[in-house]
Amino acid sequence: MSDSESREVDLIKDPGLPAHVHRRTDTDPVAAKRAERQVAILFSLSALGTLLLIYSFIFVSDETFIFIPVMGSTNAQQLGIGLGMAIALFCIGAGAIHWAKTLMPDEEIVVQRHEFRSDDEDRADFVKTVKEGAENAGLGRRPLIKRTLGAALGLSGLTPLLLLRDLGPLPGDDLKKTNWKAGTRLVTDPGDRPIRPEDLEIGAVAQTQPEFPEGKVRHLEDIAKDAVLLIRMRPEEFNLDSERLSWTYEGIIAFSKICSHMGCAVALYEQTTKHLLCPCHQSTFDVTRAAKVIFGPAARALPQLAITVDAEGYLVAQAPFTEPVGPSFWGRLS
Amino acid sequence: MTARERVAGNVAGYVDDRTGGAKWMKKNLQKVFPDHWSFLLGEICLYSFVILLLSGTFLTFWFDPSMREVVYDGVYEPLQGVKMSAAYASALEISFEVRGGLLMRQIHHWAALIFMVGIVVHLMRVFFTGAFRKPREFNWIIGIGLLTLGIVEGFLGYSLPDDLLSGTGIRIAEAIIQAIPVVGSYLSYFAFGGAFPGLAFIPRIYIVHVLILPAIFLALITVHLMLVWYQKHTQFPGPGRTEKNVVGYPLMPVYMAKAGGFFFIVFGVTAFLGAVASINPIWLYGPYNPGQVSAGSQPDWYMGWLDGLVRMAPPLETYLFGYTISWNILIPGLILPGIMFTGMALYPFIESWITGDKREHHLLDRPRNAPNRTAIGAMALTFTLVSLINGGNDIIATTFDLTINQMMWFSRIAIIVLPPIAFIVTKRLCLSLQRADRELVLHGRETGRLVRMPSGEFVEVHEPISPEKAWLLTSHEQLAPLELPEHDGAGVRRPAAIRNKIRNRISRAHAVAVPKATESERRELEGHH
Repeated sequence: MSDSESREVDLIKDPGLPAHVHRRTDTDPVAAKRAERQVAILFSLSALGTLLLIYSFIFVSDETFIFIPVMGSTNAQQLGIGLGMAIALFCIGAGAIHWAKTLMPDEEIVVQRHEFRSDDEDRADFVKTVKEGAENAGLGRRPLIKRTLGAALGLSGLTPLLLLRDLGPLPGDDLKKTNWKAGTRLVTDPGDRPIRPEDLEIGAVAQTQPEFPEGKVRHLEDIAKDAVLLIRMRPEEFNLDSERLSWTYEGIIAFSKICSHMGCAVALYEQTTKHLLCPCHQSTFDVTRAAKVIFGPAARALPQLAITVDAEGYLVAQAPFTEPVGPSFWGRLS
Repeated sequence: MTARERVAGNVAGYVDDRTGGAKWMKKNLQKVFPDHWSFLLGEICLYSFVILLLSGTFLTFWFDPSMREVVYDGVYEPLQGVKMSAAYASALEISFEVRGGLLMRQIHHWAALIFMVGIVVHLMRVFFTGAFRKPREFNWIIGIGLLTLGIVEGFLGYSLPDDLLSGTGIRIAEAIIQAIPVVGSYLSYFAFGGAFPGLAFIPRIYIVHVLILPAIFLALITVHLMLVWYQKHTQFPGPGRTEKNVVGYPLMPVYMAKAGGFFFIVFGVTAFLGAVASINPIWLYGPYNPGQVSAGSQPDWYMGWLDGLVRMAPPLETYLFGYTISWNILIPGLILPGIMFTGMALYPFIESWITGDKREHHLLDRPRNAPNRTAIGAMALTFTLVSLINGGNDIIATTFDLTINQMMWFSRIAIIVLPPIAFIVTKRLCLSLQRADRELVLHGRETGRLVRMPSGEFVEVHEPISPEKAWLLTSHEQLAPLELPEHDGAGVRRPAAIRNKIRNRISRAHAVAVPKATESERRELEGHH
């Protein structure tokens, strides 16, 4: 303690609040008058801003476009309303602050802080009050009430959980199924036209969906699972095992378009490298090696859809997907 | 007394008769606030929140939060005849057919960005100046809560128009929910009312965005401000300013004019941005379709760091007894942010545990005088910044002609290497600045005037600094590190020996400082010159 006290004595002294320096507006009535005028001009500019807003709102057609450097072709009505509003608001603010800074008192005031801590006496009293209150209620003496109340409150907490149960159905095996079945035709998206192998040139990519029977509507939930990319390349470019090779047809290979990482559409195909890239997190898949992950955060290859042609020569699925498509989830493999 | 004064007096009297508010009003209208530009940062947040409420309310009058499928027949030709959700169609209607609608949408979006920037910079000011110390820990935690909710609120907000970009963001959020062990797919089905995307989520996030979260915001902001009011604002050190006083200007009239004026300035600037700077042009993206995506998909900046972490995560999944754990999603998407935000919320308590300081603090620290804290802050910022940069890795790669792989590997290495470097460099910088302060007090300011001594030696003339400046540079407290005993009186190791030893060591690292100049040292040196 004595050490810190001696240091305390040795400290450089607080010279106290610096003397107040008057502003020009405090001492020079001309300067004060000028400041007053400046504030008034700012407020008047604000009024002009509102007039611009009103004019643009009523008299400028919403089909008028004007060319403004940097911004390009701009809707004159929106611009007029916006600029009018900006001027109106900004100038009110600028005027008020200029007023405060030049004409309102600028002498600093010193006030004392109070300690937040209550007196020991008050604190003791508080504890006593709480204790007495609890005793008067008899919580300690009547355990039966305490226990049943606890049980009742705890149980009633289940109500909201129960009522929220119907927010959605249980997933079941919904996440593991798609609309692809053995023999389902691949149709173009958009267009819903069945595809023949000869429709695709080497290097071509097509987005497809499973063909739906007449009358069945394709919802976004279906697209979110069913989207499939068709890519055609020279068969000798494949680097696949015999099973996966048998899932292709004349150099046409099909993958789920839903990223195995977080479910974005894997939409970027680079023809020279034969890589598929997901634009969300840049997971990169090598098409020649069954969409194996070669870069990025995805942990799994894109599921491959086995395809062939049907009797009429249209591309169809040989079988459903052999694994769930899209992002991982806890029970994915079970 | 003029007639006007009489009327005012009558009104005030009428109200006071019924509320007894005169005394309270008198006291609070004279409330003193210290002045500093950095105290405006919190005000920016408050004002942009008000702007968000006003512009947001305007938007609700036209926005139709429904996923009902409609065929667009509005004035925007490229999308005419396209099937889309009613939400997207109404967002297009606001943009093209409501007078001032596009302006309001853009003001709303800009205000949200400014709100989040304001919160982050305000948080940095509070952190680096030690304003979170006792008695302001509650307000720090409320602030962290507001930051967290702000990120969620912003994300939900830009998801509402149901365009291709926002739907992609929702899809990613769904994947994060789905990755939660055991219950993920259940939670996802509850949240979306079934399979993604379903018809439920726009109406649901709408009510969260316009009612539930704003209500919580309003409550938290109210408590935040009441605490600022009641505890009185902190002030920067300076002559005449102590732990026991507040030096500043009164609310009435100075701060009413300044703070009120500043609201209009913030609103004016936001309106200007909304008028001239296009933001989130949803009509260019088209309606959401899970089978499509736009290249260069970017979240708003306050989500960018999270996306950057997800992008740089290594492709790690564990298969345990037939169950899948997606570390590549869980670590960057939930675990790391959880650690970051919990650590941030607990920091005031951690620091007080390190220093053993349980006193009230109302004078702010200059960041250099708390080297360890400043270094921790710099480390955290570096971590977040690297993540944020990686969140835009595709854009940066195409802009600067790099490959995605280079960007990704740079980030993966930098996120581990750069934060510790930032810590060390910042700490050294702080200590150097302390040394410079000490020099300045002891030897004065370099004047640039060279004088030739009779002996032929050249010396530079130094001029003593003003007493005010000398006080500012030396008024801070230099706390000694903790020295908790490892042995009791009889020389036996205490049960808490190891804990005390660790705490002593951390405390020593935290308390490292260049001894500040004292009066006697100064006098001694003055004798020399």
